[in-house]
Amino acid sequence: MYGKKVKLRVLFLTLILASVILTVFLILQSLKENVVYFQSPSEIKSLIELNKKKIRIGGMVKEQSVFINSNEVNFIITDFKNEINVTYSGAVPNLFSEGKGVVAEGFLKDKNYFSATKILAKHDENYMPPEVKEAIGDK
Amino acid sequence: MLANQIGYYSLILGLLLSVFLCGVSIKDLNSNNKQINQNVLSLSFLQLVFVIVSFLSLILSFINSDFSNETVFNNSHTTKPLFYKISGTWGNHEGSLLLWLLVLTLFIFLFLIKSKEQPKKYRILTLLFQQIIIIGFFLFVLMTSNPFNYLFPIPNEGLGLNPILQDPALAIHPPILYLGYVGTSIIFSSSLAAVTQNYISKEWSQHIKKWVLLSWIFLTIGIMLGSIWAYYELGWGGFWFWDPVENVSLMPWLTLTALLHCILVLERRATLTSWVVILSITTFTLSMCGTFLVRSGILNSVHTFANDPARGIFILIFLFILIALSLGIFFFFHKENNKDSNNFFWLSRETSILINNWFMMYFLSVVLIGTVYPIFLDVISSEKISVGPPFYQKLIAPFLIPFLLFMSVGPRLKWIKSKIENKKSLIITFIISVMLTFFIVKNLTTDLLFYTILISAAFFLFFTTLKELFIKKFNNISQTVAHFGFSLLILSILFNNILSSEIITNIKIGEKYSYDKSEIFFKKIEERKESNFNSIIAYFEIKDEKGKIIELNPEIRIYDQPVIITSEADIKTTLLEDKFLVMNLVKGNEYFNIRYQVKPFMIWIWISILLLSLGGSMSLFKKRYEK
Repeated sequence: MYGKKVKLRVLFLTLILASVILTVFLILQSLKENVVYFQSPSEIKSLIELNKKKIRIGGMVKEQSVFINSNEVNFIITDFKNEINVTYSGAVPNLFSEGKGVVAEGFLKDKNYFSATKILAKHDENYMPPEVKEAIGDK
Repeated sequence: MLANQIGYYSLILGLLLSVFLCGVSIKDLNSNNKQINQNVLSLSFLQLVFVIVSFLSLILSFINSDFSNETVFNNSHTTKPLFYKISGTWGNHEGSLLLWLLVLTLFIFLFLIKSKEQPKKYRILTLLFQQIIIIGFFLFVLMTSNPFNYLFPIPNEGLGLNPILQDPALAIHPPILYLGYVGTSIIFSSSLAAVTQNYISKEWSQHIKKWVLLSWIFLTIGIMLGSIWAYYELGWGGFWFWDPVENVSLMPWLTLTALLHCILVLERRATLTSWVVILSITTFTLSMCGTFLVRSGILNSVHTFANDPARGIFILIFLFILIALSLGIFFFFHKENNKDSNNFFWLSRETSILINNWFMMYFLSVVLIGTVYPIFLDVISSEKISVGPPFYQKLIAPFLIPFLLFMSVGPRLKWIKSKIENKKSLIITFIISVMLTFFIVKNLTTDLLFYTILISAAFFLFFTTLKELFIKKFNNISQTVAHFGFSLLILSILFNNILSSEIITNIKIGEKYSYDKSEIFFKKIEERKESNFNSIIAYFEIKDEKGKIIELNPEIRIYDQPVIITSEADIKTTLLEDKFLVMNLVKGNEYFNIRYQVKPFMIWIWISILLLSLGGSMSLFKKRYEK
């Protein structure tokens, strides 16, 4: 028979192993549900099926496309190939303005309309999110 | 100009001294003297002096707005107030690395002075390992991010410091955080030295515990300062956003907390030795990883000063060398000793600390995967994703329940073998917590069951620690204070989450916005001119449900150098709640975008974090009295 110490050790190791597997499983599972994908307006145009999940869209705010009323902000995100209309009711970051890069998070209504739940703040005037840079093809 | 030269050459001298110091200490290692050679101490002090001189000369260049220095030119401006000229020294990439170096050399010198009773070989080896890190940083600063680069022709005016960094909390946030980060380097070097000397023992843990506590306290306060700043300056109206940069500072905190608890076991019972070493290595590695992720420009945030791939690659290589070195030493030298002391009953203080460690590792894996996975996915498939707060909340919140319960019972157990004492009072406390919670939460939230259980668990810890604070039955007051602080933290966060309310709307001057029974009235704006910015101050009157009127004056600042618009939130803080109003201007529009939030118990979040670190400090000083 094995000694008590060996048994304890085996028990301990099994416990650790089991908890590691459980942890990894849990994390991966909820990653799948909570990940937000990033897409450019062109990628959305080429979608075959509309996704119900939350996504992020990035590009430039089109010149003279911003309209504001008391409960909504409307504007157009463009990657200079395709555009998408965005409606948004929420806090607008300071560096949001026409002709600047923007990242919006929310849901697609159809291929031309996006309802944003969040506009991401960027801290630096000259800073362009890498995603946006790629989306507009380094223009 | 002169300051520039002095700064640069003292850096080089510091590096040369490092190499020299390594030579002298290796020689001393093989000599038969009982005590460390006095030269080693003096050299280490001299190195510290050189780095201080270098740092001071950079500060001087900033104060004098010496734009022949590229770092000053990029990050300063003549109209900036003196305070921010000085804090601008470490508000940029080059200067902040110089600060890292300063703390590295300062800490190893302090270590040498404070460890006189320790074995000589162990002290010298610690110094050697620390010098490897120091040399790495010297090379990093000199090769990829020299703070003393010369500019010609000399520009008349600098580019200025990003205005959102011009803030008192952020002026002291980096130094405090660095004291914590770099403190872990001492733990790292010392545990490696102790492994090679087979000195992972009770004596070692008593001595290294002070460093663990010190780093932990600074790291805690450093993270809190960053969080406070994000709360009032970024205008997002929260205190933690699960932003990668925040996560990166939380990860070493988690392992350091685990280490802090493990050291306690080691201090009593010379067991768990390998685990302590692994934790020490991991903590420092995570601090370095943090520096790598933030500085290399992989994470986009306010901390990303410049995207320079060379810097990223340098840190990455350096990091790999350190990890390989430490793992090599660990596997080659480490021997499990004192086999017999591994025994403990399943119900004991040791088990409860292991449980604490399990949870810390779990939280760490969640944060680590959430932070690293998007980067990983981008590299292998160039798909761009982000992982938001729901991911973390969902994975962490349920696990807080058992964590809090164990935390209430664990510290009451005895070492080796124990039984639960005062079962009756524990059960009564638990029932009271559940009933109290149910009574409070009943009408507040939709997710009744989950919140009742979670808040009960937090209240349970709250009451058990509170009781101990008054009865002092388990006379470990520092631990009780820290745990009490933690329960208060969780309670304030939870209630803050449930009870916060938010109104976002677009409003013109002179308009009124009504909702429920409250009213927001935008009276007027006023423009003002300050030395380095123009500001628009808005006057709002807010009437709450009870008809009480408060006035809030959020501000928009338009800085000239660099041209950046920032919003300054106006916050009315009381013990019960914060009223938070921030406004934004959309160019060319008459509408102002405002965000009004009522956030209960905000101030208690900061108070409880201070209590946590107070607990740590009490433990740090207690040891001194006894000895």
